Amino acid sequence: MTWTLVLALSAIAYGFKVFGLVIIGGRSLPAVVERCLALVPAALISALVVNDTFSSAGEIIIDARVAGVAVASVAAWRRAPFVVVIVSAAVVTAVIRSTGILA
Amino acid sequence: MNSVDGGVVERDSLTAPCVVLGAAVGVFGVAFGVGAVSAGATVTMTCVMSLLVFTGASQFSAVSVIAGGGTVVSALAGASLLAARNAVYGLTMSRRLQGSLPLRLIAAQLTIDESTAMATARSDEASVRRAFWLTGLSVYVFWNLGTLAGALIGTAIDPATVGLDAAFPAGFAAMVMPHLAHRSGRRAGLIGAAVCLVSIPFLPVGLPILCAAVGILVGVPKP
Repeated sequence: MTWTLVLALSAIAYGFKVFGLVIIGGRSLPAVVERCLALVPAALISALVVNDTFSSAGEIIIDARVAGVAVASVAAWRRAPFVVVIVSAAVVTAVIRSTGILA
Repeated sequence: MNSVDGGVVERDSLTAPCVVLGAAVGVFGVAFGVGAVSAGATVTMTCVMSLLVFTGASQFSAVSVIAGGGTVVSALAGASLLAARNAVYGLTMSRRLQGSLPLRLIAAQLTIDESTAMATARSDEASVRRAFWLTGLSVYVFWNLGTLAGALIGTAIDPATVGLDAAFPAGFAAMVMPHLAHRSGRRAGLIGAAVCLVSIPFLPVGLPILCAAVGILVGVPKP
């Protein structure tokens, strides 16, 4: 681990954030672009759910998370409070994992 | 307490979700602090990284590449790929976060998965902004306190033993629900999830999430 890595990554990470929010973000964009941008959360957050549920270090891994996220997704769909959703995911996952049914 | 309006719960207290989300992130911050120090970073370097980079997945990826004997360049490449989606989030949030330039430069640093997801799950402008700032600041504080604790203590709770590795996808599932209320949102979400899942085994970590952005092309035809 070096300072070069820390500072270069800081600059790149902030560069991406500023590019989207400040540099491009200030302009008004064509209607078709606006319609597409409105769908970014649906597309990317759905991908995050799948990525964080079914993968580890770039491989597809099925483990106890799947059970936890399944229970939590039903809770979220039934409009349970946010806190209940994430606590139920953690509890179900930890319990299933401790039983050894799924890693 | 909760008023359901247009399918979206508007008035539930934001504070509890933000604190819970922040605390969960904090545990990962501890894990990051421990990992970075054991990969050869000093306590200062580790804390500066969390303060300045502030995008967890990129930081974990950089540390794991270095810990595995990789070069600075390969660590930087993987971590940058993971950070790229924040540019897309920034574009989305810029429609909703107007304000002075200094304020937007600060908002940029807080533009990450959690703040964008919590904010865009709201429908009226005021609570979108409130959710963005509350979540961003809560995660920022907890992530950095966790990093400091981990870097100093050197041993962490393994987030997996308490099931916290499932807490994030679960949280994101809750945050994406309002976006799936409309047909175009459901189609974009389905395409995004499918593209991500199919590409995980073939693409470097981080790229599948970015590729999921093709789902937004559902918005091209006029409704």
